Amino acid sequence: MTAMEQSAKAPVRRGRRVHRLEPAALGGVMMRDVVLFKRYWKATTFSSVVQPTIYLLAFGLGFGSLVKTVGTVKYVEYVATGVVATAVLFSSAFPGMFNTFIRWKFQRTYDALLAAPVDVEELVTAEILWISIRAGVYGLAPLFVGFAFGLDPTWGMLLVPFIGFITGVGFAGFGVLIAAVAKTIDNFNYVTSAVLTPMFLVAGTFFPISSLPPVLRTIAKFNPLYHCVQLVRDVSLSIYDSADLVHLAVLVAFALLMWRLAIWQLQARLID
Amino acid sequence: MDEVRASIELRGVVKRFGAITAVDGLDLVVPPGVCFGLLGPNGAGKSTTMRMLTAQTLADQGTIEVLGYTLPGESKQARMAMGVVPQLDNLDVELTARQILDVFAYLYRVPRSERGAAVERALDIANLRPRADTIVRELSGGMRRRLLVARGLIHRPQMVLLDEPTVGLDPQVRQELWTLIDGLRADGVTVLMSTHYIEEAERLADTVAVMSAGRIIAEGTPSELVSTHAGREVLEVYGPPAELAALEARATERGWPFRRSGPAVALLEAERLNGDAPEGVRRPANLEDAFVALTGQDIE
Repeated sequence: MTAMEQSAKAPVRRGRRVHRLEPAALGGVMMRDVVLFKRYWKATTFSSVVQPTIYLLAFGLGFGSLVKTVGTVKYVEYVATGVVATAVLFSSAFPGMFNTFIRWKFQRTYDALLAAPVDVEELVTAEILWISIRAGVYGLAPLFVGFAFGLDPTWGMLLVPFIGFITGVGFAGFGVLIAAVAKTIDNFNYVTSAVLTPMFLVAGTFFPISSLPPVLRTIAKFNPLYHCVQLVRDVSLSIYDSADLVHLAVLVAFALLMWRLAIWQLQARLID
Repeated sequence: MDEVRASIELRGVVKRFGAITAVDGLDLVVPPGVCFGLLGPNGAGKSTTMRMLTAQTLADQGTIEVLGYTLPGESKQARMAMGVVPQLDNLDVELTARQILDVFAYLYRVPRSERGAAVERALDIANLRPRADTIVRELSGGMRRRLLVARGLIHRPQMVLLDEPTVGLDPQVRQELWTLIDGLRADGVTVLMSTHYIEEAERLADTVAVMSAGRIIAEGTPSELVSTHAGREVLEVYGPPAELAALEARATERGWPFRRSGPAVALLEAERLNGDAPEGVRRPANLEDAFVALTGQDIE
């Protein structure tokens, strides 16, 4: 093709329609996540698995020698299923915060992606999707550790990755939101100590929230992690109850809310 | 009328950041198939203009059309058809050169059957075939810059935006990139390049627009700009500071255009001075003379 032909053709509008959340954009962004995961999976998996395992061992064995059951549930079963939510929290909120901040501010990766045909909505959605898929899978780790300590496998446990995924969307979205509004990476310390740590302790993971004072009990009911803990425990131990629908509804609502907030806030900062 | 439509058309574009007006009523038309140089001192609004063309910065006023698409609403279609080479290195330092090109081939919707060939072609453009599987963090500055350019060309775009393509590079790497950009122009790709290097604009651009304080203050081929704003000849007068100061006073009084040029005073349009001219060295006027005359600013 000569230069003349090409330049004559250049400005002709092509009929390509574009959509929101296009697979090529989502896939392209996740492709780099997958490449990096293939390289770093050992370290990522180690930290995502070992931490809940330590909680499980410390509380399950340590506390378990004092507390045999919570209600009708054996304490080791109680903790093993509860710690699933902890694993999901840690493997979604932290990558949401740190990966976003580093790629955006330090590596300027987002700047490069947004100059290509990728929108902020696609960018954020792809990052959150990838983190939550991973979190859903890592959420199974405490159950496997639990098997070694007398937790019985059930069919309901097959639902755990899905619950972990939905919860992961919420907390990954929360992480991205925090990264968007944080001034420096040190600000994450406030969030970790003032939000994530209390959230993780007051979620019915290690002890039932019914043992808390009424005020804290009410607060705990607004904690999405509490609903994740309850739902995972119920499906894993086959103690279904109508409240599980409420737990699921809260998790879905939390996920949708954080997803949209993360897009909104990052959009406001990436596009000036 | 499609064949005469511009690749880029900006009308009355304004962009403010708080109290600062970065782009101030910009009109810019880039015809297809040319290498268009946006020349201006730092802070003239060149990078803001470049970012507006990808809708990474949104204009407060005015209209922007890129490749027939109206921004920001149709920016994604426009971004699909163009390549972008940013001023700051934003390569994914944890990936290898090949992996980066793979990701961008995917993002730019290069069909699966052509993706492998596109990546190989881009590696050739970047001259990085032997280092294709090296992690970017370990590549030299010149290699990374070439990879940035190749990444922007992975999908054979009909237009490329180059934001200060050779800033901070050593002369040898700069030469390599100039050859690459020349090649693009020869292939009929529309190039919009911002630069604050006069030599770069003179050497590469078919048309140069001089930008200052957020708007275009002059536009033409490099030789047109020189003859219009600096004349044919420049007379450089050397001497002790007091003498030069006296000459400047005289030039001001008589309305002779002049500029300070290192240890000399350069009188522009010297061909019109005739018998009145002081002693000095005559040389042909160049784009730098025109640039300084236009912007009142010396460049590095």
